[in-house]
Amino acid sequence: MPQVIGVPTETAAGEKRVATVPEVVDKLIKLGFRVAVQSGAGEAANFSDEAYRAAGADIVPDAAQLWTRSDIVFKVRAPSAEEVGLARAGQAIVSFIWPAQNPDLMRQLAAKNATVLAMDSVPRISRAQKLDALSSMANIAGYRAVIEAAHQFGRFFTGQITAAGKVPPAKVFVIGAGVAGLAAIGAASGLGAIVRANDTRPEVADQVKSMGAEFVGVDYQEEGAGVGGYAKVMSEGFQKAQREVFASQAKDVDIIITTALIPGKPAPRLITAEMVRSMKPGSVIVDMAAEQGGNCELTEPGTVTVKHGVTIIGYADLPSRLARQSSTLYATNLLRLTEELCKAKDGAINVNMEDEVIRGTTVIKDGGITWPPPAPRLSAAPPAAVKPAAAVPAKAPARGHGGGAPASAKSLAITFLAGALVFWFIGAYAPKEFVQHFTVFVLACFVGYMVIWNVTPALHTPLMSVTNAISSIIAIGALVQVAPPIMAAADRPVTWIVGLAVVSIALVAINMFGGFAVTRRMLEMFRK
Amino acid sequence: MSATLATVSYVGATILFILSLGGLSNPETSRRGNLYGIIGMTLAVLATVFGPQVTAAGYGWILGAMAVGGAIGLYAARVVKMTQMPELVALMHSLVGLAAVLIGYANYIDPATSFHVVDGKNIPLTSVEKAIHEIEIYLGILIGAVTFSGSIIAFGKLSGKISGKPLLLPARHWINLAGLLAVLWFGREFISSPGIADGMTPLFVMTVIALLFGIHMVMAIGGADMPVVVSMLNSYSGWAAAATGFMLSNDLLIVTGALVGSSGAILSYIMCRAMNRNFISVIAGGFGTEGGVPAVPGGVPPAGEVIPVSAMETADLLRDAKNVIIVPGYGMAVAQAQHTVFEITRHLRDKGVNVRFGIHPVAGRMPGHMNVLLAEAKVPYDIVMEMDEINEDFADTDVAMVIGANDIVNPAAQEDPASPIAGMPVLEVWKAKTSVVMKRSMASGYAGVDNPLFYKDNNRMLFGDAKKMLDEVLVGLKSA
Repeated sequence: MPQVIGVPTETAAGEKRVATVPEVVDKLIKLGFRVAVQSGAGEAANFSDEAYRAAGADIVPDAAQLWTRSDIVFKVRAPSAEEVGLARAGQAIVSFIWPAQNPDLMRQLAAKNATVLAMDSVPRISRAQKLDALSSMANIAGYRAVIEAAHQFGRFFTGQITAAGKVPPAKVFVIGAGVAGLAAIGAASGLGAIVRANDTRPEVADQVKSMGAEFVGVDYQEEGAGVGGYAKVMSEGFQKAQREVFASQAKDVDIIITTALIPGKPAPRLITAEMVRSMKPGSVIVDMAAEQGGNCELTEPGTVTVKHGVTIIGYADLPSRLARQSSTLYATNLLRLTEELCKAKDGAINVNMEDEVIRGTTVIKDGGITWPPPAPRLSAAPPAAVKPAAAVPAKAPARGHGGGAPASAKSLAITFLAGALVFWFIGAYAPKEFVQHFTVFVLACFVGYMVIWNVTPALHTPLMSVTNAISSIIAIGALVQVAPPIMAAADRPVTWIVGLAVVSIALVAINMFGGFAVTRRMLEMFRK
Repeated sequence: MSATLATVSYVGATILFILSLGGLSNPETSRRGNLYGIIGMTLAVLATVFGPQVTAAGYGWILGAMAVGGAIGLYAARVVKMTQMPELVALMHSLVGLAAVLIGYANYIDPATSFHVVDGKNIPLTSVEKAIHEIEIYLGILIGAVTFSGSIIAFGKLSGKISGKPLLLPARHWINLAGLLAVLWFGREFISSPGIADGMTPLFVMTVIALLFGIHMVMAIGGADMPVVVSMLNSYSGWAAAATGFMLSNDLLIVTGALVGSSGAILSYIMCRAMNRNFISVIAGGFGTEGGVPAVPGGVPPAGEVIPVSAMETADLLRDAKNVIIVPGYGMAVAQAQHTVFEITRHLRDKGVNVRFGIHPVAGRMPGHMNVLLAEAKVPYDIVMEMDEINEDFADTDVAMVIGANDIVNPAAQEDPASPIAGMPVLEVWKAKTSVVMKRSMASGYAGVDNPLFYKDNNRMLFGDAKKMLDEVLVGLKSA
């Protein structure tokens, strides 16, 4: 019996997005699920019921029926109190949740014995990028922010020389070069504006430049990257230097777009009333952090206001204003998550808490709150890490159990136990002379192990040919047999022994001379 | 030369060997490393020949054998082509293996080895000592024989004398198991046999089994797994030397054998990790799946169209690029195209294009194979990057040119968890603005997996022999 994925109409005021689109419905069905969509769910995003039906979805007349029929509910906004009331016990819900900001909602959902996957809690690791809805929404919001600004701004973005006179290009200043900021930079420079951008993390400067903007740094030494590639709270000294930069930019630019957010904290106040006053009349500020309190002191969340001749846009629903696009991308993010949840493609989800991505995303599992997840293993190495020339030390922890995971305590214990047994056996039974040789052997293995890890991969072929040449040391075994200093015993088959030994010496000599010579020939070729 | 002096020389040789391997940590010091190896070897051989264990009666024999073998070795080293390096190395491993077998036999039939010589008197070995000595002989011959036959087959496969396809006998795991049990049983017979003549039969039977086992093991392994096999045989030749060292109570042999053995073992491990494969599953043969049946490409074929280009268009793409990454594979070695690749590289670099090479650890047929070929073609080694060094740079790359490689650039390894190569680290060429794949045809790679890269919008296919196509690209570059 395939599980039913239900997609209700979003109930939040002004929310135009929908959690799945006809294109994706088709793919969800291919994964083995059935899909139910509430009638009119996609209307605000220009997806008709017919389109969903054509893609294979069942259209359900109202929310109550939809919640009853579904095993899994896909939503955009966190469920409202009424929606939680409609939820069945044991249902799976996938949507934005913001567990830190909504503890009550978390408790209610847990009481329903639900399993909840929060799209805002997808871990920031490379593998999870395809289901990172925050990034895809931020990308849309950044684009839309520029469009909103252009709408309010009384001039062209691009500079032009027309018959009616010269038009100077607009100057846009973007604060915060995360996904949204970079999207805004791209959109604004695409429209022809001169774009500058600032970020507390100096390593994003290259990304800013690659999008066609100029990076305006703050001349103050401090590392600005926090965990998971997000920004962090900066020191007082840095903030002062930063305010000076912003104040001088405010006087010069026409449009400021702020995207500065720090996870779990109110948005930093970056644009003061004083700076707004210093801006040219007709300038525009788009405060993309309006929902978290705003980066600008004068922002009124949710609306557009004009203060000191400057239009301040505080819309908190920028992605929803591009509903068709954002629904499509969000639906695709959900599809990717579903693929992770349903690796067997059998139409049933498996919330595998061993999987790092699913573990991070799941905030409630069968009624038990599992948020916050354990700290993620950082896949994006700290940018300060220096790339070692041969990357050898970095490999050290990856030995033995590929993938970098340390050996589990159990397998380690088994290894040690087996080792101890072997050693005990040898110690108990072997003669003294053997133990001496054995000691040398074990130590040599370790020396070899340490030395070989230092060899650069480029020289692996010479390594093989030189070790091959060195293994012709076995010649010694033959040499000592040719003419040992012993009395010729009657029963010693001298002819045989000498014959075997001489043949061995000849064979090994091929190796010895050939191996070193060919290694030398190869190494001669390695030139800068 | 006294016994103490010989021993001290052995210690010196050991140190020189360790320095020799240590020198390979970078190309600057590697030439000196090789020199240390040569000095160490000379020291060890001279110390042995003029030491207390060899009398003057043997000098003639030794000199003759060394001269013949050395001449053959030097000749082979001079004429071998760099593309044939894997074959040469495999062949040389087989010599070490064969020598280990012969020395083992010689040691066994020599009655002098069953006595300690103390103060000129012969003292018989105790029963435990005799048992251990015989186990050492038995093991030495076993490892030597497996190394010998396995390397011969590896040589045959690498040089194309034997088909590169895995030969999968039915119930081959059971055959191997039966072989192992037989080896153990004959080992017991061997140790409990009262005299040398009685011990010969089990020893001989075991040698035959070991030879067959070596053949069977390598026959079951496919072409692209060869890097693992070659490095594994490298490791075995070391263990064979170490076992011989135990047999002869010679610490120098033990140490050197252990060094070589662990070197090969680490290389095998690195290769396996680069293919995201388990060592056991490589050795057990076949590709991946249980039972060794080549995996059927799962799911739907990749959507999209294959867009072919001509050599001229490729030249245009390269000329307009600022950053180029070339990803060579075994196909480049087969087509002997490395020199043309270098010509193109030099031409582009003269024009200010940043050309670099991305080398996957298992590209080619032995560890580091591509590096040697590029070095032969005089490509400077500082623009030849490892996968980990260069993988992040593909996003900033205008053209990624894949020459005769397939599985190591297959995005399915990352995107399709059901793919047989899922999880294998790959070079992310599809992140470049344009990728050009040079291939003879649309045939799938060794793993039998379709490559979604070929169907990507930003990918172009340049069909034809790599050498011929690259020559045309070079002409195109020069003509403009």
